[in-house]
Amino acid sequence: MMEKPLNNRAWLMVAPVFVLVLFSALLPMMTVVNYSVQDSLGQNQFFWNGDAWFRELLDPSKEIGARFADALLRNLSFSLVALLIEVPLGIAVALTLPRGGRAVGPVLVIIALPMLIPWNVVGTIWQIFSRADIGLFGAALTGLGLHYNVTQDAISAWSTIVVIDVWHWTPLVILLIYAGLRAIPDAYYQAARIDAASRWATFINIELPKLQKVLVLVILLRFMYTFMIYTEPFVVTGGGPGSATTFLSIDLVKIALGQVDLGPAAAMSLVYNLITLTLCWIFFTVMVQLDRRRYA
Amino acid sequence: MADVLPRTSIAMARSRPRAFAVRRGSGLLSKLGFAVYLIALMLPIYWLINMSLRSNEEIMSTLAFWPHHPSLEKYFYIFNDPTWVHAFGVSLTYVAINTVISVTAALPAAYAFNRYHFIGDKYLFFWLLSNLMAPAAVYAMPFFNLYYAIGLFDTVWAVALAHCLFNVPVAVWILEGFVAGVPREIDEMAAIDGYSFPRFFIRIFLPLIANGVGVTAFFCFMFSWVEQLLATTLTATDALPFAAVMTRSYSVAGMDWSLLAAAGVLTMIPGAVVIWFVRNHIAKGFALGRV
Repeated sequence: MMEKPLNNRAWLMVAPVFVLVLFSALLPMMTVVNYSVQDSLGQNQFFWNGDAWFRELLDPSKEIGARFADALLRNLSFSLVALLIEVPLGIAVALTLPRGGRAVGPVLVIIALPMLIPWNVVGTIWQIFSRADIGLFGAALTGLGLHYNVTQDAISAWSTIVVIDVWHWTPLVILLIYAGLRAIPDAYYQAARIDAASRWATFINIELPKLQKVLVLVILLRFMYTFMIYTEPFVVTGGGPGSATTFLSIDLVKIALGQVDLGPAAAMSLVYNLITLTLCWIFFTVMVQLDRRRYA
Repeated sequence: MADVLPRTSIAMARSRPRAFAVRRGSGLLSKLGFAVYLIALMLPIYWLINMSLRSNEEIMSTLAFWPHHPSLEKYFYIFNDPTWVHAFGVSLTYVAINTVISVTAALPAAYAFNRYHFIGDKYLFFWLLSNLMAPAAVYAMPFFNLYYAIGLFDTVWAVALAHCLFNVPVAVWILEGFVAGVPREIDEMAAIDGYSFPRFFIRIFLPLIANGVGVTAFFCFMFSWVEQLLATTLTATDALPFAAVMTRSYSVAGMDWSLLAAAGVLTMIPGAVVIWFVRNHIAKGFALGRV
Protein backbone atom coordinates (compact mmCIF):
# COMPACT_ATOMS: atom_id res chain seq x y z
CA MET A 1 0.00 0.00 0.00
CA MET A 2 1.40 3.36 -1.03
CA GLU A 3 1.52 6.23 1.42
CA LYS A 4 -1.05 8.90 0.71
CA PRO A 5 0.53 12.08 -0.67
CA LEU A 6 0.24 15.22 1.40
CA ASN A 7 -1.93 17.70 -0.43
CA ASN A 8 -3.57 20.55 1.37
CA ARG A 9 -5.54 21.54 -1.69
CA ALA A 10 -7.67 18.51 -0.85
CA TRP A 11 -9.34 20.89 1.56
CA LEU A 12 -11.01 22.47 -1.47
CA MET A 13 -12.73 19.18 -2.18
CA VAL A 14 -13.79 18.81 1.41
CA ALA A 15 -14.94 22.42 1.69
CA PRO A 16 -18.55 21.92 0.49
CA VAL A 17 -19.11 19.17 3.03
CA PHE A 18 -17.44 21.22 5.74
CA VAL A 19 -19.59 24.29 5.06
CA LEU A 20 -22.83 22.30 4.75
CA VAL A 21 -22.38 20.45 8.01
CA LEU A 22 -20.95 23.44 9.88
CA PHE A 23 -23.96 25.52 8.81
CA SER A 24 -26.29 23.08 10.51
CA ALA A 25 -24.07 22.08 13.41
CA LEU A 26 -22.51 25.32 14.62
CA LEU A 27 -25.45 27.41 15.74
CA PRO A 28 -27.29 24.68 17.64
CA MET A 29 -24.04 23.72 19.35
CA MET A 30 -23.34 27.33 20.34
CA THR A 31 -26.86 27.72 21.67
CA VAL A 32 -26.46 24.63 23.80
CA VAL A 33 -23.08 25.75 25.14
CA ASN A 34 -24.55 29.18 25.82
CA TYR A 35 -27.44 27.79 27.86
CA SER A 36 -25.24 25.38 29.75
CA VAL A 37 -23.32 28.16 31.52
CA GLN A 38 -26.23 30.47 32.27
CA ASP A 39 -29.22 30.55 34.56
CA SER A 40 -32.47 32.28 33.88
CA LEU A 41 -34.82 34.33 36.00
CA GLY A 42 -37.52 34.02 33.41
CA GLN A 43 -38.55 36.59 30.80
CA ASN A 44 -35.46 35.81 28.78
CA GLN A 45 -33.10 37.24 31.39
CA PHE A 46 -29.99 35.21 31.72
CA PHE A 47 -26.93 35.49 33.91
CA TRP A 48 -23.58 33.75 34.04
CA ASN A 49 -23.70 30.58 36.06
CA GLY A 50 -20.29 29.11 35.40
CA ASP A 51 -19.89 25.36 35.76
CA ALA A 52 -22.61 24.96 38.40
CA TRP A 53 -24.90 22.94 36.14
CA PHE A 54 -22.09 20.58 35.27
CA ARG A 55 -21.10 20.08 38.91
CA GLU A 56 -24.67 19.25 39.86
CA LEU A 57 -25.09 16.93 36.90
CA LEU A 58 -21.98 14.91 37.65
CA ASP A 59 -22.65 14.61 41.37
CA PRO A 60 -24.76 11.50 41.94
CA SER A 61 -25.82 12.71 45.37
CA LYS A 62 -27.78 15.57 43.81
CA GLU A 63 -31.23 14.89 42.41
CA ILE A 64 -30.36 15.62 38.79
CA GLY A 65 -27.02 13.87 39.11
CA ALA A 66 -28.67 10.67 40.32
CA ARG A 67 -31.22 10.91 37.56
CA PHE A 68 -28.55 11.37 34.93
CA ALA A 69 -26.44 8.48 36.25
CA ASP A 70 -29.50 6.20 36.20
CA ALA A 71 -30.49 7.16 32.68
CA LEU A 72 -26.91 6.72 31.52
CA LEU A 73 -26.65 3.22 32.99
CA ARG A 74 -30.05 2.29 31.61
CA ASN A 75 -29.05 3.53 28.17
CA LEU A 76 -25.65 1.82 28.20
CA SER A 77 -27.15 -1.52 29.15
CA PHE A 78 -29.82 -1.06 26.50
CA SER A 79 -27.22 -0.28 23.80
CA LEU A 80 -25.12 -3.25 24.87
CA VAL A 81 -28.02 -5.71 24.80
CA ALA A 82 -29.32 -4.36 21.48
CA LEU A 83 -25.88 -4.62 19.86
CA LEU A 84 -25.28 -8.11 21.27
CA ILE A 85 -28.50 -9.30 19.68
CA GLU A 86 -28.50 -7.33 16.44
CA VAL A 87 -24.93 -7.85 15.24
CA PRO A 88 -24.77 -11.68 15.57
CA LEU A 89 -28.35 -12.03 14.32
CA GLY A 90 -27.62 -9.75 11.38
CA ILE A 91 -24.50 -11.70 10.46
CA ALA A 92 -26.35 -15.02 10.76
CA VAL A 93 -29.21 -13.88 8.53
CA ALA A 94 -26.85 -12.29 6.01
CA LEU A 95 -25.01 -15.61 5.73
CA THR A 96 -28.20 -17.48 4.88
CA LEU A 97 -29.40 -14.98 2.28
CA PRO A 98 -29.34 -16.29 -1.30
CA ARG A 99 -26.14 -15.31 -3.11
CA GLY A 100 -27.79 -14.58 -6.39
CA GLY A 101 -30.75 -15.27 -8.61
CA ARG A 102 -34.22 -13.87 -8.75
CA ALA A 103 -35.04 -14.18 -5.09
CA VAL A 104 -32.42 -11.62 -4.02
CA GLY A 105 -34.33 -8.50 -5.07
CA PRO A 106 -37.65 -9.24 -3.35
CA VAL A 107 -35.89 -10.61 -0.25
CA LEU A 108 -33.78 -7.46 0.10
CA VAL A 109 -36.87 -5.26 -0.26
CA ILE A 110 -38.76 -7.24 2.38
CA ILE A 111 -35.84 -7.16 4.80
CA ALA A 112 -35.41 -3.41 4.37
CA LEU A 113 -39.10 -2.62 5.00
CA PRO A 114 -38.88 -1.94 8.77
CA MET A 115 -36.16 0.67 8.21
CA LEU A 116 -38.28 2.57 5.70
CA ILE A 117 -41.12 3.24 8.10
CA PRO A 118 -41.06 6.68 9.74
CA TRP A 119 -40.20 6.33 13.40
CA ASN A 120 -43.50 7.46 14.82
CA VAL A 121 -45.31 4.88 12.70
CA VAL A 122 -42.96 2.23 14.08
CA GLY A 123 -44.06 3.32 17.53
CA THR A 124 -47.71 3.29 16.52
CA ILE A 125 -47.48 -0.22 15.10
CA TRP A 126 -45.91 -1.57 18.28
CA GLN A 127 -48.23 0.33 20.54
CA ILE A 128 -51.06 -1.80 19.20
CA PHE A 129 -48.99 -4.87 18.37
CA SER A 130 -47.77 -5.26 21.95
CA ARG A 131 -51.15 -4.91 23.59
CA ALA A 132 -52.30 -8.11 25.22
CA ASP A 133 -55.95 -7.71 24.20
CA ILE A 134 -55.75 -6.57 20.57
CA GLY A 135 -52.12 -7.00 19.52
CA LEU A 136 -50.56 -10.18 18.24
CA PHE A 137 -47.24 -9.85 20.11
CA GLY A 138 -48.82 -9.11 23.47
CA ALA A 139 -51.51 -11.74 22.98
CA ALA A 140 -48.94 -14.38 22.01
CA LEU A 141 -46.78 -13.71 25.06
CA THR A 142 -49.76 -13.70 27.37
CA GLY A 143 -50.97 -16.88 25.70
CA LEU A 144 -47.63 -18.48 26.55
CA GLY A 145 -48.38 -17.74 30.17
CA LEU A 146 -45.90 -14.88 30.55
CA HIS A 147 -46.69 -11.94 32.72
CA TYR A 148 -46.54 -9.31 30.00
CA ASN A 149 -47.78 -5.77 30.27
CA VAL A 150 -45.99 -2.87 28.61
CA THR A 151 -47.65 -0.10 30.55
CA GLN A 152 -47.34 -1.62 34.04
CA ASP A 153 -44.41 -3.96 34.14
CA ALA A 154 -40.89 -2.50 33.92
CA ILE A 155 -39.26 -5.63 32.52
CA SER A 156 -41.92 -6.02 29.84
CA ALA A 157 -41.55 -2.39 28.81
CA TRP A 158 -37.76 -2.52 28.68
CA SER A 159 -37.64 -5.76 26.71
CA THR A 160 -40.32 -4.53 24.33
CA ILE A 161 -38.12 -1.57 23.43
CA VAL A 162 -35.25 -4.02 22.81
CA VAL A 163 -37.50 -6.18 20.62
CA ILE A 164 -38.66 -3.13 18.66
CA ASP A 165 -35.09 -1.99 18.15
CA VAL A 166 -34.02 -5.45 17.01
CA TRP A 167 -36.99 -5.63 14.64
CA HIS A 168 -36.39 -2.11 13.36
CA TRP A 169 -32.62 -2.08 12.91
CA THR A 170 -31.33 -5.63 12.37
CA PRO A 171 -32.18 -5.07 8.67
CA LEU A 172 -29.48 -2.37 8.54
CA VAL A 173 -26.94 -4.85 9.89
CA ILE A 174 -28.11 -7.50 7.42
CA LEU A 175 -27.92 -5.24 4.38
CA LEU A 176 -24.45 -3.92 5.18
CA ILE A 177 -23.03 -7.34 6.14
CA TYR A 178 -24.63 -8.96 3.11
CA ALA A 179 -23.05 -6.36 0.83
CA GLY A 180 -19.72 -6.96 2.57
CA LEU A 181 -20.03 -10.72 2.07
CA ARG A 182 -20.84 -10.33 -1.60
CA ALA A 183 -17.60 -8.42 -2.08
CA ILE A 184 -15.47 -11.42 -1.08
CA PRO A 185 -14.01 -12.94 -4.26
CA ASP A 186 -15.09 -16.48 -5.07
CA ALA A 187 -11.47 -17.61 -5.10
CA TYR A 188 -11.43 -17.53 -1.31
CA TYR A 189 -14.42 -19.84 -1.07
CA GLN A 190 -12.95 -22.17 -3.65
CA ALA A 191 -9.72 -22.36 -1.68
CA ALA A 192 -11.71 -23.14 1.44
CA ARG A 193 -13.62 -25.85 -0.38
CA ILE A 194 -10.41 -27.45 -1.62
CA ASP A 195 -9.17 -27.46 1.96
CA ALA A 196 -12.48 -28.95 3.05
CA ALA A 197 -12.73 -26.17 5.59
CA SER A 198 -15.76 -26.41 7.82
CA ARG A 199 -18.44 -23.75 7.60
CA TRP A 200 -17.22 -22.33 10.88
CA ALA A 201 -13.57 -22.26 9.77
CA THR A 202 -14.54 -20.48 6.57
CA PHE A 203 -16.44 -17.91 8.58
CA ILE A 204 -13.68 -17.27 11.11
CA ASN A 205 -10.72 -17.30 8.69
CA ILE A 206 -12.21 -15.76 5.58
CA GLU A 207 -15.50 -13.99 6.08
CA LEU A 208 -14.96 -12.32 9.43
CA PRO A 209 -11.58 -10.72 8.62
CA LYS A 210 -12.96 -9.49 5.29
CA LEU A 211 -15.98 -7.97 7.00
CA GLN A 212 -13.92 -5.94 9.44
CA LYS A 213 -14.50 -2.51 7.90
CA VAL A 214 -18.21 -3.08 7.37
CA LEU A 215 -18.47 -4.31 10.95
CA VAL A 216 -16.90 -1.11 12.25
CA LEU A 217 -19.45 0.92 10.33
CA VAL A 218 -22.30 -1.28 11.54
CA ILE A 219 -21.28 -1.27 15.19
CA LEU A 220 -20.61 2.47 15.32
CA LEU A 221 -23.88 3.33 13.56
CA ARG A 222 -25.89 0.99 15.74
CA PHE A 223 -24.22 2.22 18.91
CA MET A 224 -24.93 5.86 18.06
CA TYR A 225 -28.55 5.22 17.24
CA THR A 226 -29.28 3.04 20.24
CA PHE A 227 -27.55 5.56 22.46
CA MET A 228 -29.83 8.31 21.11
CA ILE A 229 -33.02 6.24 20.99
CA TYR A 230 -36.00 8.51 21.43
CA THR A 231 -39.07 7.99 19.29
CA GLU A 232 -39.80 4.34 20.04
CA PRO A 233 -39.81 4.59 23.84
CA PHE A 234 -41.51 7.98 23.61
CA VAL A 235 -44.42 6.62 21.59
CA VAL A 236 -44.70 3.12 23.04
CA THR A 237 -43.95 3.53 26.74
CA GLY A 238 -43.50 7.27 27.27
CA GLY A 239 -40.38 6.46 29.29
CA GLY A 240 -42.34 4.46 31.82
CA PRO A 241 -43.53 2.62 33.76
CA GLY A 242 -41.80 4.71 36.38
CA SER A 243 -38.53 5.46 34.68
CA ALA A 244 -37.86 1.95 33.35
CA THR A 245 -37.45 3.13 29.77
CA THR A 246 -36.38 6.71 30.39
CA PHE A 247 -33.29 6.67 28.23
CA LEU A 248 -30.97 9.65 27.95
CA SER A 249 -32.77 11.40 25.10
CA ILE A 250 -36.15 10.97 26.76
CA ASP A 251 -34.83 12.36 30.03
CA LEU A 252 -33.20 15.24 28.21
CA VAL A 253 -36.38 16.25 26.45
CA LYS A 254 -38.34 15.92 29.69
CA ILE A 255 -35.94 18.34 31.37
CA ALA A 256 -35.55 20.72 28.43
CA LEU A 257 -39.10 20.95 27.12
CA GLY A 258 -41.15 19.46 29.96
CA GLN A 259 -39.65 21.38 32.84
CA VAL A 260 -38.02 24.12 30.69
CA ASP A 261 -34.84 23.78 32.75
CA LEU A 262 -32.68 24.89 29.85
CA GLY A 263 -29.42 25.16 31.81
CA PRO A 264 -29.35 21.64 33.25
CA ALA A 265 -30.67 20.24 29.98
CA ALA A 266 -27.94 21.95 27.99
CA ALA A 267 -25.25 20.79 30.40
CA MET A 268 -26.68 17.30 30.21
CA SER A 269 -26.72 17.23 26.43
CA LEU A 270 -23.09 18.38 26.33
CA VAL A 271 -21.96 15.69 28.76
CA TYR A 272 -24.10 13.14 26.90
CA ASN A 273 -22.52 14.17 23.61
CA LEU A 274 -19.03 13.99 25.10
CA ILE A 275 -19.65 10.45 26.37
CA THR A 276 -20.81 9.30 22.94
CA LEU A 277 -17.86 11.04 21.31
CA THR A 278 -15.35 9.47 23.70
CA LEU A 279 -16.75 5.96 23.29
CA CYS A 280 -16.77 6.27 19.51
CA TRP A 281 -13.29 7.81 19.49
CA ILE A 282 -11.90 4.90 21.51
CA PHE A 283 -13.55 2.39 19.23
CA PHE A 284 -12.42 4.27 16.14
CA THR A 285 -8.80 4.50 17.31
CA VAL A 286 -8.64 0.84 18.31
CA MET A 287 -9.96 -0.19 14.91
CA VAL A 288 -7.51 2.06 13.06
CA GLN A 289 -4.65 0.60 15.13
CA LEU A 290 -5.74 -2.96 14.44
CA ASP A 291 -6.00 -2.14 10.78
CA ARG A 292 -2.49 -0.68 10.72
CA ARG A 293 -0.99 -3.65 12.54
CA ARG A 294 -2.63 -6.07 10.16
CA TYR A 295 -1.16 -4.41 7.09
CA ALA A 296 2.16 -3.31 8.56
CA MET B 1 -4.93 -10.75 4.10
CA ALA B 2 -2.63 -12.88 2.00
CA ASP B 3 -1.33 -14.79 4.98
CA VAL B 4 -4.73 -16.06 6.00
CA LEU B 5 -5.31 -18.44 3.14
CA PRO B 6 -2.21 -20.63 3.27
CA ARG B 7 -2.52 -21.00 7.01
CA THR B 8 -6.09 -22.15 6.66
CA SER B 9 -5.08 -24.56 3.95
CA ILE B 10 -2.38 -26.17 6.03
CA ALA B 11 -4.39 -26.41 9.21
CA MET B 12 -7.42 -27.75 7.42
CA ALA B 13 -5.47 -30.17 5.27
CA ARG B 14 -3.96 -31.66 8.39
CA SER B 15 -7.12 -31.98 10.32
CA ARG B 16 -9.06 -33.40 7.41
CA PRO B 17 -7.07 -35.37 4.89
CA ARG B 18 -10.10 -36.16 2.72
CA ALA B 19 -9.89 -33.14 0.45
CA PHE B 20 -12.80 -32.12 -1.77
CA ALA B 21 -15.31 -33.39 0.74
CA VAL B 22 -18.32 -31.49 -0.47
CA ARG B 23 -19.96 -29.64 2.38
CA ARG B 24 -23.56 -28.67 1.87
CA GLY B 25 -23.75 -26.03 4.60
CA SER B 26 -26.22 -26.67 7.34
CA GLY B 27 -28.84 -26.29 4.60
CA LEU B 28 -32.22 -27.10 6.04
CA LEU B 29 -31.65 -25.67 9.49
CA SER B 30 -30.39 -22.33 8.24
CA LYS B 31 -33.22 -22.08 5.72
CA LEU B 32 -35.68 -22.75 8.49
CA GLY B 33 -34.07 -20.10 10.70
CA PHE B 34 -34.18 -17.64 7.84
CA ALA B 35 -37.85 -18.34 7.25
CA VAL B 36 -38.60 -17.80 10.94
CA TYR B 37 -36.75 -14.49 10.85
CA LEU B 38 -38.63 -13.33 7.75
CA ILE B 39 -41.96 -14.21 9.35
CA ALA B 40 -41.08 -12.41 12.57
CA LEU B 41 -40.05 -9.42 10.49
CA MET B 42 -43.24 -9.40 8.46
CA LEU B 43 -45.69 -9.89 11.31
CA PRO B 44 -45.72 -6.28 12.61
CA ILE B 45 -45.98 -5.03 9.02
CA TYR B 46 -48.80 -7.45 8.36
CA TRP B 47 -50.49 -6.17 11.50
CA LEU B 48 -50.19 -2.62 10.15
CA ILE B 49 -51.79 -3.61 6.84
CA ASN B 50 -54.43 -5.57 8.72
CA MET B 51 -55.24 -2.51 10.85
CA SER B 52 -55.45 -0.24 7.82
CA LEU B 53 -58.23 -2.37 6.38
CA ARG B 54 -60.35 -2.49 9.52
CA SER B 55 -62.51 0.04 11.27
CA ASN B 56 -61.41 1.73 14.46
CA GLU B 57 -64.10 0.04 16.56
CA GLU B 58 -63.01 -3.34 15.29
CA ILE B 59 -59.31 -2.62 15.93
CA MET B 60 -59.91 -1.54 19.49
CA SER B 61 -62.33 -4.32 20.41
CA THR B 62 -61.07 -7.59 18.99
CA LEU B 63 -57.93 -9.48 18.17
CA ALA B 64 -58.40 -10.43 14.52
CA PHE B 65 -55.79 -12.21 12.44
CA TRP B 66 -57.30 -10.93 9.23
CA PRO B 67 -59.79 -8.15 8.47
CA HIS B 68 -63.31 -9.54 8.67
CA HIS B 69 -64.83 -6.64 6.78
CA PRO B 70 -61.91 -5.32 4.76
CA SER B 71 -62.38 -1.84 3.39
CA LEU B 72 -60.10 0.51 1.49
CA GLU B 73 -62.03 3.47 2.84
CA LYS B 74 -59.05 5.04 4.65
CA TYR B 75 -56.84 4.82 1.59
CA PHE B 76 -59.48 6.60 -0.50
CA TYR B 77 -59.79 9.18 2.25
CA ILE B 78 -56.06 9.89 2.09
CA PHE B 79 -55.98 10.04 -1.70
CA ASN B 80 -58.91 12.43 -1.79
CA ASP B 81 -57.65 14.75 0.90
CA PRO B 82 -55.40 17.45 -0.60
CA THR B 83 -53.55 17.91 2.73
CA TRP B 84 -52.31 14.32 2.71
CA VAL B 85 -51.45 14.30 -0.99
CA HIS B 86 -49.61 17.61 -0.71
CA ALA B 87 -47.73 16.41 2.38
CA PHE B 88 -46.65 13.27 0.58
CA GLY B 89 -45.27 15.40 -2.24
CA VAL B 90 -43.50 17.70 0.21
CA SER B 91 -41.83 14.77 1.95
CA LEU B 92 -40.66 13.28 -1.33
CA THR B 93 -39.35 16.68 -2.48
CA TYR B 94 -37.17 17.45 0.51
CA VAL B 95 -35.89 13.88 0.66
CA ALA B 96 -34.92 14.07 -3.02
CA ILE B 97 -33.23 17.48 -2.61
CA ASN B 98 -31.38 16.24 0.45
CA THR B 99 -30.21 13.07 -1.29
CA VAL B 100 -28.89 15.01 -4.28
CA ILE B 101 -27.09 17.60 -2.10
CA SER B 102 -25.63 14.97 0.24
CA VAL B 103 -24.29 12.69 -2.47
CA THR B 104 -22.96 15.54 -4.64
CA ALA B 105 -21.12 17.20 -1.77
CA ALA B 106 -19.86 13.92 -0.35
CA LEU B 107 -18.33 12.61 -3.60
CA PRO B 108 -15.28 14.93 -3.82
CA ALA B 109 -14.88 14.85 -0.04
CA ALA B 110 -14.81 11.05 0.04
CA TYR B 111 -12.22 11.13 -2.73
CA ALA B 112 -10.08 13.66 -0.85
CA PHE B 113 -10.27 11.72 2.43
CA ASN B 114 -9.22 8.51 0.74
CA ARG B 115 -6.51 9.77 -1.59
CA TYR B 116 -4.74 12.56 0.28
CA HIS B 117 -3.30 13.56 3.59
CA PHE B 118 -4.12 17.10 4.54
CA ILE B 119 -3.93 19.18 7.67
CA GLY B 120 -6.53 17.99 10.16
CA ASP B 121 -7.93 15.23 7.96
CA LYS B 122 -8.46 12.68 10.73
CA TYR B 123 -10.03 15.21 13.08
CA LEU B 124 -12.24 16.58 10.36
CA PHE B 125 -13.45 13.07 9.53
CA PHE B 126 -14.22 12.32 13.14
CA TRP B 127 -15.91 15.70 13.60
CA LEU B 128 -18.14 14.88 10.64
CA LEU B 129 -19.08 11.56 12.22
CA SER B 130 -19.67 13.23 15.56
CA ASN B 131 -22.64 15.03 14.04
CA LEU B 132 -24.39 11.69 13.78
CA MET B 133 -24.38 11.62 17.55
CA ALA B 134 -26.19 14.89 18.08
CA PRO B 135 -29.51 14.17 19.76
CA ALA B 136 -32.02 15.76 17.38
CA ALA B 137 -34.41 16.42 20.25
CA VAL B 138 -31.99 18.97 21.72
CA TYR B 139 -31.19 20.64 18.44
CA ALA B 140 -34.76 21.15 17.33
CA MET B 141 -35.24 24.57 18.92
CA PRO B 142 -31.94 26.13 17.79
CA PHE B 143 -32.69 24.79 14.33
CA PHE B 144 -36.03 26.49 14.37
CA ASN B 145 -34.35 29.80 15.31
CA LEU B 146 -31.70 29.40 12.63
CA TYR B 147 -34.03 28.66 9.75
CA TYR B 148 -36.56 31.22 10.87
CA ALA B 149 -33.81 33.86 10.90
CA ILE B 150 -32.65 33.12 7.37
CA GLY B 151 -36.19 32.98 6.03
CA LEU B 152 -36.23 29.35 5.02
CA PHE B 153 -38.68 28.28 7.70
CA ASP B 154 -41.62 26.29 6.34
CA THR B 155 -39.93 25.48 3.03
CA VAL B 156 -38.69 22.14 1.76
CA TRP B 157 -35.19 23.65 1.69
CA ALA B 158 -35.09 24.06 5.44
CA VAL B 159 -35.71 20.35 5.99
CA ALA B 160 -33.43 19.31 3.14
CA LEU B 161 -30.56 21.39 4.56
CA ALA B 162 -31.19 20.35 8.16
CA HIS B 163 -31.07 16.67 7.21
CA CYS B 164 -27.63 17.29 5.71
CA LEU B 165 -26.38 17.41 9.29
CA PHE B 166 -26.51 13.62 9.53
CA ASN B 167 -26.79 12.54 5.88
CA VAL B 168 -23.65 14.26 4.58
CA PRO B 169 -21.40 12.50 7.14
CA VAL B 170 -23.05 9.15 6.41
CA ALA B 171 -22.60 9.71 2.68
CA VAL B 172 -18.91 10.62 3.08
CA TRP B 173 -18.38 7.58 5.27
CA ILE B 174 -19.98 5.08 2.91
CA LEU B 175 -18.53 6.61 -0.27
CA GLU B 176 -15.02 6.69 1.17
CA GLY B 177 -15.15 2.90 1.32
CA PHE B 178 -16.09 2.69 -2.34
CA VAL B 179 -13.38 5.16 -3.36
CA ALA B 180 -10.86 2.98 -1.52
CA GLY B 181 -11.91 0.07 -3.72
CA VAL B 182 -10.69 1.85 -6.88
CA PRO B 183 -6.94 1.36 -7.39
CA ARG B 184 -4.93 4.57 -7.38
CA GLU B 185 -3.18 3.52 -10.59
CA ILE B 186 -6.34 4.47 -12.44
CA ASP B 187 -6.04 8.09 -11.27
CA GLU B 188 -2.42 8.18 -12.37
CA MET B 189 -3.13 6.60 -15.72
CA ALA B 190 -5.85 9.15 -16.44
CA ALA B 191 -3.49 11.98 -15.50
CA ILE B 192 -0.86 10.61 -17.91
CA ASP B 193 -3.48 10.35 -20.64
CA GLY B 194 -4.05 14.08 -20.21
CA TYR B 195 -7.40 14.05 -18.43
CA SER B 196 -8.05 17.17 -16.39
CA PHE B 197 -9.18 16.37 -12.87
CA PRO B 198 -12.88 17.29 -13.27
CA ARG B 199 -13.08 15.37 -16.54
CA PHE B 200 -11.36 12.36 -14.99
CA PHE B 201 -13.67 12.50 -11.98
CA ILE B 202 -16.87 12.62 -14.00
CA ARG B 203 -15.97 10.50 -17.03
CA ILE B 204 -13.83 7.80 -15.47
CA PHE B 205 -14.11 7.79 -11.71
CA LEU B 206 -17.87 8.19 -11.24
CA PRO B 207 -18.80 5.19 -13.42
CA LEU B 208 -16.35 3.10 -11.41
CA ILE B 209 -18.12 3.84 -8.15
CA ALA B 210 -21.65 3.85 -9.56
CA ASN B 211 -22.53 1.07 -7.10
CA GLY B 212 -21.41 3.27 -4.24
CA VAL B 213 -23.47 6.22 -5.45
CA GLY B 214 -26.55 4.01 -5.66
CA VAL B 215 -26.08 2.52 -2.21
CA THR B 216 -25.30 5.91 -0.65
CA ALA B 217 -28.32 7.49 -2.27
CA PHE B 218 -30.48 4.75 -0.78
CA PHE B 219 -29.17 5.33 2.72
CA CYS B 220 -29.56 9.13 2.43
CA PHE B 221 -33.08 8.66 1.14
CA MET B 222 -33.92 6.31 3.98
CA PHE B 223 -32.51 8.38 6.85
CA SER B 224 -34.15 11.54 5.54
CA TRP B 225 -37.49 9.83 4.88
CA VAL B 226 -37.87 8.38 8.36
CA GLU B 227 -36.64 11.44 10.28
CA GLN B 228 -39.52 13.56 11.46
CA LEU B 229 -38.58 15.51 14.54
CA LEU B 230 -36.61 18.13 12.58
CA ALA B 231 -38.96 17.88 9.61
CA THR B 232 -41.93 18.66 11.85
CA THR B 233 -40.17 21.44 13.76
CA LEU B 234 -39.01 23.29 10.66
CA THR B 235 -42.37 23.42 8.91
CA ALA B 236 -45.79 24.86 9.64
CA THR B 237 -48.31 24.80 6.81
CA ASP B 238 -46.86 25.17 3.31
CA ALA B 239 -44.23 22.50 3.64
CA LEU B 240 -45.88 20.18 6.11
CA PRO B 241 -44.33 16.71 5.78
CA PHE B 242 -46.31 13.49 5.72
CA ALA B 243 -45.22 12.52 9.21
CA ALA B 244 -46.52 15.81 10.61
CA VAL B 245 -49.95 15.33 9.07
CA MET B 246 -49.97 11.93 10.72
CA THR B 247 -49.29 13.37 14.17
CA ARG B 248 -52.15 15.80 13.65
CA SER B 249 -54.64 13.04 13.11
CA TYR B 250 -53.98 11.89 16.68
CA SER B 251 -56.06 14.64 18.17
CA VAL B 252 -59.05 14.72 15.84
CA ALA B 253 -61.72 12.78 17.71
CA GLY B 254 -59.26 10.58 19.56
CA MET B 255 -56.85 8.32 17.82
CA ASP B 256 -57.75 7.33 14.26
CA TRP B 257 -55.73 4.10 14.30
CA SER B 258 -57.07 2.84 11.04
CA LEU B 259 -56.18 6.05 9.18
CA LEU B 260 -52.74 6.12 10.77
CA ALA B 261 -52.16 2.52 9.72
CA ALA B 262 -53.18 3.27 6.14
CA ALA B 263 -50.83 6.27 6.08
CA GLY B 264 -48.10 4.08 7.57
CA VAL B 265 -48.52 1.51 4.82
CA LEU B 266 -48.22 4.27 2.22
CA THR B 267 -44.99 5.57 3.79
CA MET B 268 -43.28 2.24 3.10
CA ILE B 269 -43.84 2.41 -0.66
CA PRO B 270 -41.30 5.07 -1.79
CA GLY B 271 -38.50 3.43 0.17
CA ALA B 272 -39.40 0.01 -1.20
CA VAL B 273 -39.28 1.44 -4.74
CA VAL B 274 -35.87 3.02 -4.11
CA ILE B 275 -34.39 -0.15 -2.67
CA TRP B 276 -35.78 -2.10 -5.62
CA PHE B 277 -33.68 0.13 -7.88
CA VAL B 278 -30.48 -0.31 -5.87
CA ARG B 279 -30.91 -4.02 -5.11
CA ASN B 280 -28.31 -4.98 -7.70
CA HIS B 281 -25.80 -2.53 -6.29
CA ILE B 282 -26.22 -4.08 -2.87
CA ALA B 283 -26.12 -7.61 -4.24
CA LYS B 284 -22.88 -6.80 -6.09
CA GLY B 285 -21.44 -6.14 -2.69
CA PHE B 286 -19.28 -3.53 -1.12
CA ALA B 287 -16.62 -4.20 1.42
CA LEU B 288 -15.78 -0.58 2.22
CA GLY B 289 -12.18 -0.35 1.23
CA ARG B 290 -9.27 -2.70 1.38
CA VAL B 291 -10.32 -5.67 3.43
